[in-house]
Amino acid sequence: MSAAARSAPPTLALVNVSKSFGAVRALRDVTLELHAGEVHALAGENGAGKSTVVKTFAGVHRPDGGEVRVDGEPVTFGGPADAQQAGVAVIYQEPTLFPDLSVAENIFMGRQPRSALRRIDRRTMHERTAALFERLGVALDPQQPARGLSIADQQVVEIAKAISRDARVLIMDEPTAALTGQEVARLFAVTRTLQEQGCAILFISHRLEEIFELCQRVTTLRDGGYIGTDPVAGLTPDDLVRRMVGRDLDALYPKQDVTPGDVALKVDRLTREGAFTDVSFEVRRGEIVALAGLVGAGRSEVARAIFGVDRWDAGLVEIAGSRLPVGSPTAAMAAGLALVPEDRRQQGLVMDMSIERNMGLTQLRSLRRETGRGPLISRTVERDRARDWALRLQLKYARLTDTVGVLSGGNQQKVVLAKWLATEPTVLIVDEPTRGIDVGTKAEVHRLLSELAAQDLAVLMISSDLPEVIGMADRVLVMHEGRLAAEIPRAQATEESVMAAATGRAGTGKAA
Amino acid sequence: MTPDVSKAAAPGGRRLAGGLVRWETAVTALLIVVFIGGAGTSPGFATTDNLSFALGDLSEIALIALPMTLLVVCGQVDLSVASILGLCSALTGKLWDAGLSIEMIIPLVLVIGVVCGLVNGLLVTRLGLPSLAVTIGTMTLYRGLAYVVLGTEAITAFPQTYTDLATSNVPGTPVPYPIAVFAVLAIATAVTLHATGVGRSLFAIGAQEDAAHFAGIRVKRIKLVLFVLSGLVAGFAGLVFTLRYGSARADNGLGFELTVIAAVLLGGVDFDGGKGTLGGVIAAVLLIGLLKNLLMLNDVSGDTQAIVTGLLLIVSVLTPRLIAVVREARGRRRGGGPTPSTAPAAST
Repeated sequence: MSAAARSAPPTLALVNVSKSFGAVRALRDVTLELHAGEVHALAGENGAGKSTVVKTFAGVHRPDGGEVRVDGEPVTFGGPADAQQAGVAVIYQEPTLFPDLSVAENIFMGRQPRSALRRIDRRTMHERTAALFERLGVALDPQQPARGLSIADQQVVEIAKAISRDARVLIMDEPTAALTGQEVARLFAVTRTLQEQGCAILFISHRLEEIFELCQRVTTLRDGGYIGTDPVAGLTPDDLVRRMVGRDLDALYPKQDVTPGDVALKVDRLTREGAFTDVSFEVRRGEIVALAGLVGAGRSEVARAIFGVDRWDAGLVEIAGSRLPVGSPTAAMAAGLALVPEDRRQQGLVMDMSIERNMGLTQLRSLRRETGRGPLISRTVERDRARDWALRLQLKYARLTDTVGVLSGGNQQKVVLAKWLATEPTVLIVDEPTRGIDVGTKAEVHRLLSELAAQDLAVLMISSDLPEVIGMADRVLVMHEGRLAAEIPRAQATEESVMAAATGRAGTGKAA
Repeated sequence: MTPDVSKAAAPGGRRLAGGLVRWETAVTALLIVVFIGGAGTSPGFATTDNLSFALGDLSEIALIALPMTLLVVCGQVDLSVASILGLCSALTGKLWDAGLSIEMIIPLVLVIGVVCGLVNGLLVTRLGLPSLAVTIGTMTLYRGLAYVVLGTEAITAFPQTYTDLATSNVPGTPVPYPIAVFAVLAIATAVTLHATGVGRSLFAIGAQEDAAHFAGIRVKRIKLVLFVLSGLVAGFAGLVFTLRYGSARADNGLGFELTVIAAVLLGGVDFDGGKGTLGGVIAAVLLIGLLKNLLMLNDVSGDTQAIVTGLLLIVSVLTPRLIAVVREARGRRRGGGPTPSTAPAAST
C-alpha cells in the first residue's frame, strides 16, 4: 500500500511556496507533500513559518510565489471555503464549538439532515454522528451538549466534523498542547485510524517525542526557510533539534546539582473547598520542586491560593518564616513570592500594553522610590530596567514600546519571567513555564530556572510536561484529585512513577 | 528614536490615519477649527465675557469628567453622577431651608456624595456586579431620594456671598472660580493618570483585569476609591450647580451623565477600558462647551443642541471603527495583509 501511495501524486502539496507580509518573509521556497495514508510532521521553532504553512493550506493566505497542488493539479484557494471544498480540514489547538448545541448539532451545523417539511431530522443526525464516532473508535454521546466537554473531546468532535465533510487532508495544529497523557494517547489512536483509512495528515507539535511516536516523515522549517524532509525512522531527537535551531542545543534539561538551603516556602495543611485538601509541603532555597499531576488535579489552584489570588479555607502558608495573610497577592509579593501564571495571555500579561510597561507592572512602587520624586514614576528607570532584563533573558524584540502582543509565545513568556524576576523574589512559582513555546526558548527557560535555583531561589514548578518534570526537579510532588498523592525524590522520579501517582495507582504515601 | 518618544508619551492612546495622528490631537484641532469658525460667524462669540461664561457653564460637566475618565480607563462607568448631583443639590436646599449655615452644609453634602459613591463601589467590588448595571440602578435610586428630600419645590434664597463666589471670576482673570478648581483638579488627575503607579494600574486593570490582579495590583480597592471619588466630585458639582443658579431642585443636572460620558468617549478614551488620555477628554469637554455656546448664540433650541451632542458621540465611537475597516480594505487590496482574502476565485 505504501508503495502505491508514494507513486500517486501527493494529496495536498506546497511546491516552492513563498509568502511575505510587508518586509517579513514568512516562507521562502517551501515544499511540503502530504501523501494519503501518511502522518507528516511539521517541525520548527516559533516564528519558523509553521502557522503560515497551515494558513496557506487552509486557504487563508495565498502564496506570493510557488503553487498549492491538490492531487498534483495546481489550484488557487480563494478562501477557506475553497480549501474545505478540496477536502482540507484544520483542527486547531483550541476548538470553537457552540457550547449550547449538542455534539451532533455541532458536527452537522448548517448541513443538518432534513425530514418532511424541512424539519431537522434528529434521529438521522444522531445515528450518523454515532457512526462517525464508531469509525473513530471513541465513546461520545451524540446528544450531549458541547459545553463541559474536555478540550480533547472537543477536538474529537472537530475531527468527526471534518470526516463528515469527507475531508481527505487533516491538519492538526498543536492539538496536544493542552491534553493530558491519556488524552494524547486517544488522539493518536484516532489519528492512526484515519491514517489507515487513507487520510493525509499534517501534525504539528512542540513535543518532539510525539513526532517520533506518531509520524512517518518530518519537514523542518527555520526562519521561514525550508530545511528538509526526512523519514522519522532515521532521525534522533538531537538531529531534529539541530535541524530546527540550526545549531547544537545545550542540554534541554541543564539541571545543576544543589545543596538545598533554608525552608523558603512552607505550606501546611492548606485546604480550599472544592479545589484541594490538606496539602502540605516545603520548598527550600536552591531547590526546584515540581508539582505534577493530571490537568484538574488542583495544582494551579494550590499556586493561586498560595499567591493570594484565591482564598484558602484552612491551613497556613509561610515565606521565609513569615506567615502570609489569606487572599492578598500584595502581601505575598512583599514577602518575596512571585507567580508566573498558567495563562500567559489572560493572567501573565496585559496584551495591549508595551513590553516595558508589562515588565514594570510588578514594581510600580520601586519604580517610584528610585526616582526620589515622590509618587511619580520614572520612565527612564522603567526603560533601563526593561532593557537590562531583555538583555539578560535574550528577549527578541523590535522596540520596548511595542505591545507585548506582537511577540512570539516564547518571548512573551520571557517578559512574564522578567516582570517577576525583577521583583527579586525568594520563592518563584512557575505554572506550566514552557507550554506552547519552542524548543530553543524552552531550553533557555530551563537554564534560567536552573541558574536561579543555583543562586538560592526556591522554585516550585507546575508542569504537565513529564520529561521537563523528570529533567528539572530535585523533588517531584504529585497531586491526584486535590490531594498530594506522592513525593518522589529526583533519583526515583521516572515518567512511570510520576504517572502512577498522578492517576492514583500508587496509592497514598511516599511511593518509591 | 524620535517616533519612539512620541509613542511613549501616548500610553495606548487612540490613533488616526494609520497611527500618525493621535486622537487627542485631532480633537484639539477640531476644537481650534470650531473656535475660529465661531469667531468668524458669530460676532458675540470670541469675547472675553462670552468665553468666560461658556467656561462657567461647563463647570459641573468638566468637574465630573475627571473621575469619569479614571473610571472609564479602568473599564468602569458611573451613570449615577448626575443623580448624585441632583441629590446633593436637593439636600443643600433642604438644609439651608432648615436653617443650617452654608459652612455647615458643604461638608455634610460632600459626605453624602462620598456615601453615594461608596454604595456604588461596594456593590461593584464586593458583589462583583457590572458597574453599568449597578449605576443604572443607583441613578434611579439617588434621583428618587432627591425627590423624597425636596419634592418638586425649588429652594432659591441662598446668600449672595456664595452665589457670587460660584459665578464670579478669579480676580484679574476671565476664569470663573469653579473652573479654577477644575484646573487644579485636572492637573492632579492628569499627573495621577499618566505619571504614577496608580495611573499605570488603572490602564492595566482596564486592559486586562486578571493580569493586573495577578501582578499584585489591588484591583478592588482601586475601583472602590474611584467610585468614592466620583461620588465626592459629583456632590461638589451639586453644590456648584446649586449656588451658580441660586436654585436647589431635585431634577438639577438631569441627563448630565450622558454629556460627561460623551465627552470622555469623544476625548478618545476606550469604553472597554485601558486606553485614553486626560488631555483628550479636556479638549472634548471644551469642544462640547464651545459648540453648545455657539448654538445658543445662534438661537438654536436645546433639542437641537442635544442632537449635536448625540451626533458627536456617535462620530467619536464610529470613527475608529471606520478607520479599522478602511485599513483592512486597503491591506486586502495590497494582498499583503494578514486578513483573509475574500475575493472570489475558482478552484479547479
